[in-house]
Amino acid sequence: MDHIQMARAMFGTNMAVHIIFATIGVGLPMMMLAAELMYQRTKDLQYVVMAKRWTKTLGVLLGVGIPTGTIAGVQLSLLWPGFMEVIGRVMALPFQIEIYAFMIEALFMSIYVYAAEKIKPWARVVSLFFVAFGAMASAVLISNVHAFEGTPAGFRFENGEIVDVDPWAAFFNPSFLVTAGHTALTAYTTGAFVVAAVAAYKMLKNKFGTSEFDFHQKALKLSIVLGLVFSFLTALNGHATTQHLYREQPEKLAAAEGLFETKDHAGLTLFGYTDKEAQEVKYGIEFPWVLSFLSGNSFDTVVTGLNDFPEEYWPPLYVHILFNAMVIIGSGLIALALFALVWNKWLKKDTYPRWVLWLFVAAGPLSVISIECGWIFACTGRQPWTIYRMLSTADSVTSYENLGFLFTMFILVYIILCVSVVFTLLYYFKRHSVMDDIYIAEQKDDRLFDSNS
Amino acid sequence: MSDALLAITLVWGFIFLYAIMASMDFGAGFWAMTYIKKEETNATKIANSYLSPTWEVTNTFVVGLVIAIYSLFPGAVFTIGVALIVPASLILVLLCIRSAFLVFSHSVDKYEKALTYISGLTGLIIPGLLISVLPITHLGFVEGMRGNEELNLFKLFTSPNEYAFMGFGILSTLFLSSLLLSDYSKQADETKAYKIYRRDAMITGPLMLVMAMIVMITLKSEANWLYEGMMKNSALLLVSLVFFIISGVALYLPYFSKREVKGMPRIAVIAIIIQYLVGSYVYGIAHLPYIIYPNVTILSGFTDPTSFRAVFATYIVGFAILVPGFYYFWSIFMKDQRRKFKRRQMTN
Ligand code: HDD
Ligand code: HEM
Ligand code: HEM
Repeated sequence: MDHIQMARAMFGTNMAVHIIFATIGVGLPMMMLAAELMYQRTKDLQYVVMAKRWTKTLGVLLGVGIPTGTIAGVQLSLLWPGFMEVIGRVMALPFQIEIYAFMIEALFMSIYVYAAEKIKPWARVVSLFFVAFGAMASAVLISNVHAFEGTPAGFRFENGEIVDVDPWAAFFNPSFLVTAGHTALTAYTTGAFVVAAVAAYKMLKNKFGTSEFDFHQKALKLSIVLGLVFSFLTALNGHATTQHLYREQPEKLAAAEGLFETKDHAGLTLFGYTDKEAQEVKYGIEFPWVLSFLSGNSFDTVVTGLNDFPEEYWPPLYVHILFNAMVIIGSGLIALALFALVWNKWLKKDTYPRWVLWLFVAAGPLSVISIECGWIFACTGRQPWTIYRMLSTADSVTSYENLGFLFTMFILVYIILCVSVVFTLLYYFKRHSVMDDIYIAEQKDDRLFDSNS
Repeated sequence: MSDALLAITLVWGFIFLYAIMASMDFGAGFWAMTYIKKEETNATKIANSYLSPTWEVTNTFVVGLVIAIYSLFPGAVFTIGVALIVPASLILVLLCIRSAFLVFSHSVDKYEKALTYISGLTGLIIPGLLISVLPITHLGFVEGMRGNEELNLFKLFTSPNEYAFMGFGILSTLFLSSLLLSDYSKQADETKAYKIYRRDAMITGPLMLVMAMIVMITLKSEANWLYEGMMKNSALLLVSLVFFIISGVALYLPYFSKREVKGMPRIAVIAIIIQYLVGSYVYGIAHLPYIIYPNVTILSGFTDPTSFRAVFATYIVGFAILVPGFYYFWSIFMKDQRRKFKRRQMTN
């Protein structure tokens, strides 16, 4: 590996770890808010217990999310100083504002946790709202930097100098809304399905009719409804994202679809892998005309193929697989949630079949995989640029070359963190069962949240 | 004041605040480890209860500081990034482990002991690494032309000035934190812990002063430009010494009350913070106009004027909203923390 590749691997590894915790960190507060609102509606204390247990989980996950996020923020300047020089000059605002969003989240989180019993229930809902808002805002802001990388705006290069800087034009770059929207919606989708996975697993492990089973079924139902809403919105917005690619980063779209020849009535291929020699996707299933329609809302839309771009601008061709995985998982989530809803609401069943529960157990990890695929697709699909058609990855990277040692060190730390976060969650929830928490809540004991620090 | 000067003042302010908060945080970790065997004194418990609430805010400051530097001085990022990649990566890794175990130990009591050792050792190493950033910026060991600069690690680790700074950083961390903890344990009526921390402050304080002298001596031979610059403000250096003496007096001063505790740690803390403020101002002013000597100055690194105005506006708006919020939160929180501590004492 040369040192650019090493730097890419190093940064990518950190982001791949961070994004798991970051996404759940955005999705879970939304679920907590939903549970507190359900409590307001039903006055069923089990929803408070749910919110409490999710808060605890979030607290533990932040133990990895915040440190890896800190690494991300600092490592950007250490590994990609050329890139951060441009970002600092042109696109500093999102990072700047993100800090405030983060502080709002931390502030209201402490109010929610520490003052839970001392403030009125409505005030609890308000502080949770701000927690969720802060988390979502920081995700939106940070993905705006990413949006800017794909569709830069607000500056020009003239003889190697940056001129005509307009930070707000950079902030409101063409793909801001659609990319940030995608990040937020996918985080909510993931939050809902991760909760569903745990709930479904617990239902499989408990007997039907026990109050523990009941508790988890309530959690599952809540996440199915929210999961359906957000996965459906994700797909709509994903469609808009694809249309942006068609207009703004056509070679990325062409690589995602494995399309070599420019044509109208272009087809969409699912599965398979892109064969560079044969200039086609092998072993895939082709849906004729669909790509043209998706890209421009008409079958006549001309989609540019890779051959119309110089080969050194081609993204790696394996992004086809990543893009496919994301879209297929996304569609699967919608189908699963819809099926479960119909089964429960219209067929009026008491509970779900075991195989459906197992599918939900799988849906949690799959949605996280989908997040990873989406990001890696978006970032490697932008190669060889860090700022599309403006700044190349080679010009962004640090001149320090001995990254091997540092990389090994970081990998070791991520392994330690990931193992101990799993251990911590298992340990804690083994000792604090649902029944204990429900008992405490029913006694109106003020220790329900107190153990939460 | 020119925009670049305003910007570097802002950065300096962040660094100063971070240095104070980080000293408390890291030092508390170290003391918690030192007294883990002396359970009856509560010294470890006091240090730990101080540790947990501060790390998140302190951590946000790390991020805020880094963001402030690259958004205000993007032209310096390349050189800083290359110069600091090794020390900063080490700091990140240690910080990461430390924060994670701080969080996990709330849920897994088994971790408590491991945490105490992790936060104790990192509490000593991280300040040493953090303060190394200063010699890196002023010793002139970042060599090569723009685009392929490199930090000469060999020269750095054979420089007496580097070690003087490390020693100074570690000792001042221990000094400031023991002062704070003595104040804190006095508030909590923990006489035994108070005596221990007061004694620690009395030992580390003079040692820190000695290290400060060594720093000046090594500066004179290794970075004379900086030494000369600092000596231009020798009157202020004297002021800083005076505040150091005030804090010493406040510690030794008998305290006339029903209690048998002696000294006024609160005054000592305030005097020392003022001393730091004055001292770091003298260092900072002498360091100008260089960010990294001799490669980058505040003018060569400064951002685009339009960006500066936008960024500056967000600072003002952000602070106006957040500072009162945090103040309010902090006061509730500290009260709560003390109440909990007392409650735990009563049940034990
Ligand atoms: C739960 C996760 C998830 C799901 C179900 C989907 N995505 Fe996604 N996708 C992401 C998670 C994600 C992401 C991690 O959030 C990305 C990476 C960067 C970004 O902005 O969002 C992303 C990026 C991303 C991009 C690249 C944008 C760019 O290059 O800047 C496109 C074109 C799509 N998505 C399209 C879709 C479509 C058509 C989906 C159909 C269902 C879809 N996504 C579902
Ligand atoms: C959060 C989840 C993310 C993941 C999993 C991720 C993944 C990756 C990966 C795998 C690479 C290596 C690219 C390659 O092989 O060429 C990379 C590069 C990069 N990403 Fe991301 N990324 C994420 C988010 C972001 C965001 C939000 C930004 C913008 C702030 C960003 C900016 C970059 C930059 C600057 C590089 C290095 C240069 C490059 O290779 O393009 N990434 N990322
Ligand atoms: C879509 C991608 C991302 C999402 C959804 C996200 C969200 C989050 C979340 C939820 C946290 C936990 C702390 C909290 O807010 O409570 C966090 C921490 C953090 N993230 Fe990310 N993040 C993303 C990508 C990035 C990237 C690319 C960077 C680096 C530039 C980054 C930098 C940070 C930092 C610095 C922290 C620590 C917070 C602090 O101490 O101020 N994040 N992020």
